[in-house]
Order: sequence, then structure tokens, then C-alpha cells
Amino acid sequence: MNEKSNNESKEVPEGSNGKAQIKSIADVTIRFAGDSGDGMQLTGTQFSDAIAAEGIDMGTIPDYPADIRAPAGSLYGVSGYTIHFSSHDVHTIGDQVDVLVAMNPAALKVNLKDLKKNGIIIANEDAFDKKNLDLAGFKENPLEDGSLEGYNVYDLPITKSTLEALKEMNLPQKTALKCKNFFALGVVYWLYNKRFDFTLNWLEEKFAKSPELIEANSRVLKAGYYYGETTEIFTSRFEVKPADLPSGVYRNINGNEAVALGLVAGAAKCGIPLFLGSYPITPASEIMQNLSKYKKYGVKMFQAEDEIAGICTAIGASFSGSLGATSTSGPGMALKTEAIGLAVMAELPLVIINVQRGGPSTGLPTKTEQADLLQAMYGRNGECPVPVLAASSPSDCFIMTVEAVRLAVKYMTPVIVLSDGYIAQGAEPWKVVKFKDLPEMKVVFRTNPDGFFPYTRNEFLSRPWVKPGTKGLEHRIGGLEKQNVTGNVSYEPENHQMMVDIRAKKIKRIENDIPELEVQGDKDAELLVLGWGSTGGAVATAVENQIAKGRKVAFAILKYMFPMPKNTGRILKHYKHILLPEVNSGQLNKIIRAEFLIEPVSLTEVKGLPLKALKIEHKIEEILKV
Amino acid sequence: MAENNNNKKEDILPIYTSKDFTSDRDVRWCPGCGDYSVLAQVQRSFPQILGQKKEKFVFISGIGCSSRFPYYMDTYGFHTIHGRAAAIASGVKTANPELSVWIATGDGDALSIGGNHFIHLLRRNIDVNILLFNNRIYGLTKGQVSPTSEHGKVTKSTPYGSIEYPVNPVSLALGMEGTFIARTIDRDPKHMQEMILRCYKHYGTTLLEILQNCVIFNDGAYEMYTNKETKDDNVIYLENGKPLIFGKQKDKGIKLDGWKPVVINLSDGKHSINDCLVHDESSKDLAFILSSFYDNPSLPLPLGVFLDRQRNRYEVEMENQIADTKKKYGEGTIDELLMGPSTWEIK
Repeated sequence: MNEKSNNESKEVPEGSNGKAQIKSIADVTIRFAGDSGDGMQLTGTQFSDAIAAEGIDMGTIPDYPADIRAPAGSLYGVSGYTIHFSSHDVHTIGDQVDVLVAMNPAALKVNLKDLKKNGIIIANEDAFDKKNLDLAGFKENPLEDGSLEGYNVYDLPITKSTLEALKEMNLPQKTALKCKNFFALGVVYWLYNKRFDFTLNWLEEKFAKSPELIEANSRVLKAGYYYGETTEIFTSRFEVKPADLPSGVYRNINGNEAVALGLVAGAAKCGIPLFLGSYPITPASEIMQNLSKYKKYGVKMFQAEDEIAGICTAIGASFSGSLGATSTSGPGMALKTEAIGLAVMAELPLVIINVQRGGPSTGLPTKTEQADLLQAMYGRNGECPVPVLAASSPSDCFIMTVEAVRLAVKYMTPVIVLSDGYIAQGAEPWKVVKFKDLPEMKVVFRTNPDGFFPYTRNEFLSRPWVKPGTKGLEHRIGGLEKQNVTGNVSYEPENHQMMVDIRAKKIKRIENDIPELEVQGDKDAELLVLGWGSTGGAVATAVENQIAKGRKVAFAILKYMFPMPKNTGRILKHYKHILLPEVNSGQLNKIIRAEFLIEPVSLTEVKGLPLKALKIEHKIEEILKV
Repeated sequence: MAENNNNKKEDILPIYTSKDFTSDRDVRWCPGCGDYSVLAQVQRSFPQILGQKKEKFVFISGIGCSSRFPYYMDTYGFHTIHGRAAAIASGVKTANPELSVWIATGDGDALSIGGNHFIHLLRRNIDVNILLFNNRIYGLTKGQVSPTSEHGKVTKSTPYGSIEYPVNPVSLALGMEGTFIARTIDRDPKHMQEMILRCYKHYGTTLLEILQNCVIFNDGAYEMYTNKETKDDNVIYLENGKPLIFGKQKDKGIKLDGWKPVVINLSDGKHSINDCLVHDESSKDLAFILSSFYDNPSLPLPLGVFLDRQRNRYEVEMENQIADTKKKYGEGTIDELLMGPSTWEIK
């Protein structure tokens, strides 16, 4: 339904209802929006799971208020769930919304700005009463006053129809009203020519113990579907064909799930137990919650008394022979700083996940940002090098977490993984990786006492990892400067210089052990768009769109922030222009300028939202003067 | 602790001497520091622990004079960051319950910057032994007021006297539902060894408050409890099942006057030993009363075990949950986990 899809839409034979025609389109973004109690997250995940199961590629993102239960009908209580699905490879959740399902006036008000011109609004007209209109700040009913001109508005009696469908069941009104999200879901299933069996099966499983709820929700779902079919208000239906994805077994995954799986799989590949020390914080809590479920895999999840104890228990676990890990967001990262320094000095493996959110301070807990990059790179006292990785998509969180585990145990170092609210909560289909295909990283603890000193080093400059309890290798480590080799406390000037240099060299050498930066796009491009972490999706989309318009553009996604791939400088210097979009005020730009003495064009935005591909495209066009 | 000894039968358990627990590092505390006594008593006590191998002992410390302790013990050791020893030790023990984990910490380290970790360790009852060196002053930073310093105390950071009141470590530990709480003093080596061995034997977190003299910045803080002339009248040793009596002539006792503990004279003809409170290490209520003797000039200072009771340990419950889950659902393969609850295939 965007420019591209319009070119491709073609009339297809009539659909099952014999009335509305089914149009094949390439690409759609739908947003379900309502009160935080309206079940919008559930509606969204049902729809996305149903279409994913058909092999249609997609990206999803929830958007919920920071308040637990904001007052019904209020603007700040609006909860939304966006699904972008396509017959092409999907990199983002879509810049703009094609279809907005608004369960009340507040949901319409909050989300209208994201709706495309000519976009579809499906509104629950029953909720547009005086009280709700007042709460949303509408003087007149927008469904009636003509202010929605330019949109395709479908006002449906969702509440009335729901109650009607359940009339014979004599349910309490409160229970009956809770089903109304499934009416909307039914309508959307019909509109996109999807079968509702997926949700019926889910209901059977979910409410196995309450047949009444299965019956009620099924009735309402079907009522919504048949409403679409029998009323003649919709003139068209749409169909998105499956994307041409590589064959294999797929699942849906969000970034937080992927991190949790990456930690478990990584530790298993090392052959050591996983210990997560963590403290609840939005938007990272899901990682600790997931790991607390994985008991049968031997995972120990320690919900600590604070962020500092989260990382310190993890350091203790690593010291005692487990893989220690900790998950947090920016404010927690600030608290963990001193302990990261300890892990650097003690040269112990540790994985630190920072799911970035809007800052500074408490900032925007539920919104996304990439503004903790400089903190991750430099936010510690002393010369304190730590590898920093950044995941570029929900499923990439798995890959980069496994990488972090590999580097942590091989180089005896803490490793920081940067995720953010956007990819942590956004979901996409993931071609499930086989355990055997993950990189080898078996840990071998030192057990031989002959010639043992805690700070001898192997060819990677890593010191030996000894599990306490091993006879004859008793030794002491700590945060005071270490004498080279013996690990004894040393304040010698020459020794300190040597140890600072060794720690720096050890981390720098990781550049020999990571993949090179890969460029995609036009071979003769003059402009390279450099994305990092979660901007990767928008960058790829923007460049692909520009190439389709005949522009000579290329892109690369940086995921190893420190050390960077060895070819980074060579690549960046090859292009006349470098465009560097990021969701902060230019943090990577600072690093690139300092490191490579080049001047990228910085494109920044800090609104708590993921960067839009369109914004990048405009900048590309500006630079290329087209 | 003893239950965690996983030695195979054919292994002959080594007999250790204090030398086996002495590292090759020069001890660098000030001459006359009470810390020397603590180090010596630990090194003398550990060989008395039979059935535990030396390599199973781990010492964790934070920052402060006492936190240098691990460097002087020839065991596994980790000198960490200020206040965090309890958190790091919690991770060590939870991840690897086979180890015998000990914390060396001071009043500033454990009760000020590390107060949060200290209380939560006690609450979780992880089998970790806390040796709390309480000298009521900041020594390493050269003489500032500490969380156990008395109200009114003049220090480098309180030139006009401290305007805060001290933490009572025993009461705090009781409030956190600690399961083993004891107090000893640097100048009574035998008693300290006895307490260290009791700590080792207890299942769960143990707190041993060690009154320790700082010769440089707070010399004489415990003089009245160590001076031969005064100590018998100012210290009461707690012995389980025995009446609470003290004094050079064993002629003083403690009785409860309503809710108030008072000193009675056993030779005044009005009171007898039968009036005295009898110590019961299993009673939390009595432990609270005894903990209130701290800084009370009309009552003697109790040394010994305030409380010794059993409660589930965090690390054991965690291992049990893992074992139960494996038994109930089977040990999953990583491939199963990666697949998740629902998948689809594209051909």
C-alpha cells in the first residue's frame, strides 16, 4: 500500500464473499491501538503469529505505556502493537501505518500522526461517546465532523456487535466486553484474507480449563470475520504473498528472547553452567524472566538486591567457574560501572547486556535510543578496554550474544552487548539455528600446578582460568594492579605501564578474530550509509529503496563497535560520502572522526523512536543532490 | 558446611597446619593491629576443621584494611571492590556450592557502602561466613567516622563530634532473620578460634562480629573489654544452657525486670543464680534482648553465640529446584530450547 506496493498491486479473482475484491499487495503495516486493558498486545501477537505461520516475512513492535494501568480512555493509557508484513525481506517495522485499528478516541488521537494519507481507520464507534471524546480531548466526534477526510474510515459497532454475539451465553458484561478485541481481530483477518483457525487453536490451548472463554472468544472472533464478509462496507480485501525466505524451520523471536537463548546456548557450547545475576529494569527484565524459566537446562538466575549486586554475583560466579552474565538498561549500566572495571582487572569472563532506553537518568523507560554507546566504550575509571558488540535486529541478538560469550571466555574479559528497546521488544521470524552449527568455544580450566601463575598468558594474551577447588592452584586475584605473570599486588611504575598496555593489546587483537565489515549495495557507489546496531534495518531499507530508484548507494552495518573490524577504515575512506544515521546525538560519529580522521555526514534523532527509513532516504537524496 | 565435602573414599584427607594456610606475602598491617590476631586465629582454626580440603576454601573481601586478608591466606582469594564482598561471595557460593566461602570485611565495607548486600546475604541465608572486623573507624582512609562510631565521636571528618548514631551489627543481623550471629574480640584468641569453628559448622550465613582494635586511629576503643583489671566486670560470655553470670568472682548475673535486662548481685543475699536468665542459642527473642546490651554502659558486653538456628539455604533451594525441574520435565536439549513453543517450516 506504499508507493512500491501500488506499482505491484493487481486485481485477482474474487474472494470468498463474492463481493469485495482481493488485491494482492506487497507490503502492509497494521497497528492495533486501544486502552492498555483492551488486549491490544494479544491481538497483535495473534495476528502476527498467524501470518508468520504462512511464511510471510514481518517485523513487529509493541508500544505500551510506562504506567501499569493508566485510567481507561486517557491518552497516556493507549497501548499499541504494530505489525509490518511483506512479501519481501522485512528490515523494519515500517515508517508509516497503512491500517489503524482504534478501539477508542484516545487511540485514534495518539496514533493518527503515524497513519499514511489515504490510510484505513477501523474505529470502534461505540467507544466514541462523550466521556471518551472528552478524555481524548476531542471537542467534536472525529468520526462525524469530517476531520478525518483523506482517510478511509470504517466506523464499526464493535462493542455492540460483541455483546450481541454473546447474548445467548449470559456472561457477566465485564467478561463479555473483554472479548471485543477479538471482534477487531476477526475483521482484520477477513480484510487480509487470513483464516482464523490459528487463533481458534490458540484459544483451545490457552483456555483448556475454561470452555466458556473458548466459546465466547471464538464467537466474537467469527462474528468479526463474518461482519467483514456480510456487510458491504469494505470494497476491497488484501492479500500479501509469502516472502521468498530461505527454506528451513522458523520461529518468531524478539530481541530479549534471543539474548536469553544466546546466553544458554553459548554457555552450553562452552561446557560450563550459566549464571545470570540481574535486577528488574525496563526494557531488559524479560531476559532475566526467561532465564528463570530455563531451570531444566541448569541455568541459575539470581535476582539480586540491586544492579551492583547483579553484576557482582555474576563476577563471583565467573570466578568460581561458571559463565557469569548480567542484563540491564542504561541506569543499571551506570551502577555496574565500577564492577566492570573489576572484571577487567581480574580478567574474568563476563557478558553484560545493555538494552538501551531513552536517557539520561530515568529518561524514557519504554522508548528506544542508542545513546549508551560512549558509556559502553569509555564509561569507566582508568584505562579500561572492554569489547563492545551491537545487535542489529531481534534475531541478531542471538548471534551477537553467542559472540559475546565466545569472546569473553577466549579472551578472559567482560564483553558488553548493546541491544535497545526497539529490537528487544520487536519480533521477527528467525530461521532457527542448530546448536551444532554454533562456533566452538569449549572451556578448558587450568588444572596443572606446574609453573602456574595467575597472570601468565597464552597466544591470545589471555590468562588461565582456574576453578576454585582445584588442588595446588590456590591463588589470589583482585582489583589492585597486578604484577605481570605472578599476579601479586604491584605499584611499580614500569609494571603498571606494561599491564595497561597488555590489557589494551589483548582486546585490540580481537579484531583478528571477528568478521570483516561487509558492504552491500551498488558497486560504484559514491555514498556509503553506515548503520550500527538497530539502525541496521532502516539503513538497509533506505538503501534498497534508493537503489531501486537507480541511485548509486551502498551500506554497511557495524556490529563490532570495539574493536572494530580491521577493514573498517579502508572501507570508510573508499567512499566520497559517508552518511551515519544514529538514534543519539552523534556518538559513533565522534568515534569514527577520532579514529579514522574522516568527516561523515551525521544524521541523528532522539525522539525515543526507531529511525525511519524515509528520513535516511531524504538525506541520501540531499547528499547526492537528486 | 561439612556436608559439602565430596571427597572420594580412597582420598586420604590431608592433615594441615597453620603454615599450610599462610601465603608467601608479607603482612602489611600496622604493628599492633588487631587484624594480626584474626589472621592467626583463622590460620590456627582451619587445620582443626577435619574433612575439608584446603583448595575448597575461598576468601572474598571488599576494600579496607581488613580486606587485605585474602592475600595472606594460602587459599583461593578475591580482593574485590568496596562494599561488594557479600554480593560477590553470594555469586561464588550459589554458582559453586562445593566451596567453603568466607568474607573478610570491615564496619565501613559491610555496614556503610555494602550495607545492602550485607542484609540481603543474611536474608537469603546463603552458606557464607562473614568475619566482620569492627574497629569503629575508617582506618585505610586514615581516620574518618564509621557507621559503628559512637555518637559524639571526634574524628577527621567529625571535628565537632559525630552527629549520627551507630549501627548495632548484631541487632541488624537479627532483623534480617540471620541464622547464626556471634561476637568475639581480637584479644581473646581461644574464644575467637572457637567461634570460627562454630561458623564453619553452621549451615547458612554466619555473622561473626570481631571487635578489633585500630592502634592508629581508634586505639583503646575496646580497652574496657580487654584490660585485665576491667574486662571481667564488663564482658559476659554467652554459653548455651548456662545462666548469664559474669564478674571476676562470678558474682553478677543478668535477670529480666519486666522487659528490661538488669544486672543483679549474686552475693547480696537477695538474689541467687536461679534468678538469672539462662542462655538459649535457639531463641530469637533472647538474642534481641542480648543484642541491646551493645553500647549500654549499665550492662556487660556479650561475647559468644547470640543465635544459632536452621533455615533453608538459598543455594540449596536453587539446586533443588533445578533438580526437581529436570526430574519432572527431563533434561532438555539446547536444540529443543531454540525451537521454542511454535515453529513453521518453509520448504
